[in-house]
Amino acid sequence: MNWIVTIGGLLLIGVIAWYFWGPKKGGSLVETNASGYQEAKILVKNGYNPSRIVVQSGKPVRFEFTRVETGACDGMVIFPDFEKSATLPAGEKVIVDLPPMKTGSYDFTCQMGMFRGKIIVKN
Amino acid sequence: MDAGNAQHIHGHQHQMQEHVMLSNHSMQDQGQQEESSEEREYRSLMKKWWRAAIVSVPVILVSYPNLFGLGNLFPMGSGQLWWARLIMGLLALYVVIRSGGQFFVGTWEGLKQRSANMNTLIATGVSAAWLYSLVALFWPQIFPRPEMADVYYDVTTVVTALVVLGSALEVKARGRSSEAINKLVALQPQTANVVRDGKEVRVPLEEIKIGDHIVVRPGEKVAIDGTVVSGSSAVDESMLTGESIPVEKNENDEVFGGTLNKTGSFTFKVTKDQKDSALANIVEMVKQAQGSRIPVQKVVDQVSSFFTPGVIIAAILGYIVWYDFGPQPGWVYALIVAVTTLIIACPCALGMATPMSLTTGIGKGAENGILIRSGEALQIAQKLKTIVMDKTGTITEGKPSLTDIVPLGKFTEEELLLISASIEQGSEHPLASAIVEKAKEKGSRPVKSEGFNAIPGHGVEGTIDGKKIYFGNLKLMKEKGIPLDGFNRYDASMADQGKTPMFLAINGEAGGIVAVADTVKKDSLSVIHELKSMGLEVVMITGDNERTARAIAKQVGIDRVLAEVLPQHKAENVRKLQEEGKKVAMVGDGINDAPALTQADVGIAIGTGTDVAIEASDITLISGSLKGVVSAIKVSRATMKNIYEGLFGAFIYNAIGIPIALGVLYPFTGILLSPLVAAAAMAFSSLTVVLNANRLKRLKLKFN
Repeated sequence: MNWIVTIGGLLLIGVIAWYFWGPKKGGSLVETNASGYQEAKILVKNGYNPSRIVVQSGKPVRFEFTRVETGACDGMVIFPDFEKSATLPAGEKVIVDLPPMKTGSYDFTCQMGMFRGKIIVKN
Repeated sequence: MDAGNAQHIHGHQHQMQEHVMLSNHSMQDQGQQEESSEEREYRSLMKKWWRAAIVSVPVILVSYPNLFGLGNLFPMGSGQLWWARLIMGLLALYVVIRSGGQFFVGTWEGLKQRSANMNTLIATGVSAAWLYSLVALFWPQIFPRPEMADVYYDVTTVVTALVVLGSALEVKARGRSSEAINKLVALQPQTANVVRDGKEVRVPLEEIKIGDHIVVRPGEKVAIDGTVVSGSSAVDESMLTGESIPVEKNENDEVFGGTLNKTGSFTFKVTKDQKDSALANIVEMVKQAQGSRIPVQKVVDQVSSFFTPGVIIAAILGYIVWYDFGPQPGWVYALIVAVTTLIIACPCALGMATPMSLTTGIGKGAENGILIRSGEALQIAQKLKTIVMDKTGTITEGKPSLTDIVPLGKFTEEELLLISASIEQGSEHPLASAIVEKAKEKGSRPVKSEGFNAIPGHGVEGTIDGKKIYFGNLKLMKEKGIPLDGFNRYDASMADQGKTPMFLAINGEAGGIVAVADTVKKDSLSVIHELKSMGLEVVMITGDNERTARAIAKQVGIDRVLAEVLPQHKAENVRKLQEEGKKVAMVGDGINDAPALTQADVGIAIGTGTDVAIEASDITLISGSLKGVVSAIKVSRATMKNIYEGLFGAFIYNAIGIPIALGVLYPFTGILLSPLVAAAAMAFSSLTVVLNANRLKRLKLKFN
């Protein structure tokens, strides 16, 4: 019986490590609007939906956040690499503009870093 | 007092009362709106807590029947006990869904995005306990020994109850930490008396347009930013500047939305949209700063992104080790250890420490008229070693005023003042206005002069009451052949005191000296003294000549002076100080200070100055007082200390709590935490962080 628990447990650890820390693919590709901004609409409910945003380098990005819950935890979104933040009142649309970026990935989080999103910048 | 006047005043009082009622009402409305989302969440969480707490009572009773004298009612292994346990299981499920539902929703949303958070830990722990109990209840035979088939419904309900209570208290306290902003926002009145077609109409704030004329009476608040067009008053601007002494307002002076009119009535013209008002800007800046990151947070961010999955992995490892090597029954110990580990870990405390303290500290600054523009500025400000201060307008008032009148002939001080004011009243020179202002202040009325003529670089001449007057520097006196006896010895000594002497000759004779100087602000000496006692070096920088600069420096107790520095070289000088290996702050107000403000590690702008300087600064002192420099450094030191305390607390809590939950103490002491203790500790830990941040609000910023 012991070896079942041991091997099962270790396998489970492997799965968890891969699932949370392993390479992640996908993400929503963002389209460019008439004014030249790449516009990403994000629904804030228990996190950011979608949470992985794929944008092109060299073009400004416009986020439109809509928070549909009253929980206090994600009442603010922070883009630490850009020194930008915005409060997200429940039910209101909030626009955050970011400058054109170099390729790479940039995080955005709630004030306490519990909810996380990623901007993936490609050529 | 005649009847008409009485009527008029009565009318005012009536309007005032109505206004006070109206503004109170609208402020309350606003307050409620600001409060409602947090209040609502708090109430909903408390409801969840009560539900879980009440259900927990019978669940605990049935879990330990022998402990509560219910052993006869539910004997071990009996059918009654089985049924009672089943009912408790269903009650526990009810609690988990109704009170702890958000943990599961949060976990699911996180899992979809391949991320884990606090919800994940609680949900995993609670459901592990519940599912284990379910298996034990229905399939006890799969356990190797009967005593292992125990149920843990008490863990399920009590953990849920405690965590929910912890979040409720946290929401409450968090609301208090962002109070500063709510207070600021609530300051603005919602209506104003606008003059439309010659009549006063009470108009809601949204309908006020640029160019409107608004009437403000004593006791009323200024609705929005503008310029006084008629009347005068003293206005309490403490909500913006932190300075409690009311500010005189006359025609052409600026007034700001949210400030309180004290004594007189006046009318002002609206010059700004609500969204561009000083108050709106401040609120926006404070919000931005509160959300900004400080460099130390980067480490915490790294840790928290690995934290939750790491804890889950630790719990599984704990399970395996206890199952394989622990005492019998292995299942039970392994389960308790895993559940306890999941529940005691608190990523929340870690994630909250910095933002909570930052929000409170920056809010505290804003309440006192100190705008700290970023978390980074706050972190650097506590490491400052050198404070560079611009002289003119920062240490001094920035405009000359009359300091001495020395009679040398037969005229009295009053006569000399009257004569010099009379001759100067036509002049555009800033020194002249200082004299005319002083004369008005003393109640003397300047008379008309004839033949007024300005002699550039020298002074002025004219005739008053048939007497020929020369008024100017020593060069003028020499050229006009005035006997210099008496003048000479004053010239040097006054210059040493930082004063500019002007000589008055009446009908070819020495009449006296009128000295003008840019006076030191009344707080400068005490502020510089305080800064030095805080271990900081204060350096004065100025474009003025060495002599004047030294004189002022001596008055305020500054030892190091950088004089005759051209505006474009101020930044260069700041850089040289930085090369001495010190963190340098620059305090200034003028446009010419902007490059130096940017060059400094922390740029501190005196807010009465220009927008350019404010834009270039990291910290803005809205009141003109230098006291803000001391307060800003105090806020920064206290906030950073608080952040480190919070972070230390959170790290230590997890660093000690998790290993204990895993059972490292067991082999030596036999101590193994119960999941219930873990839940209480977890709720307590985030609460501690919040309470620690709230201590910042008691920070004392006043000094003598």
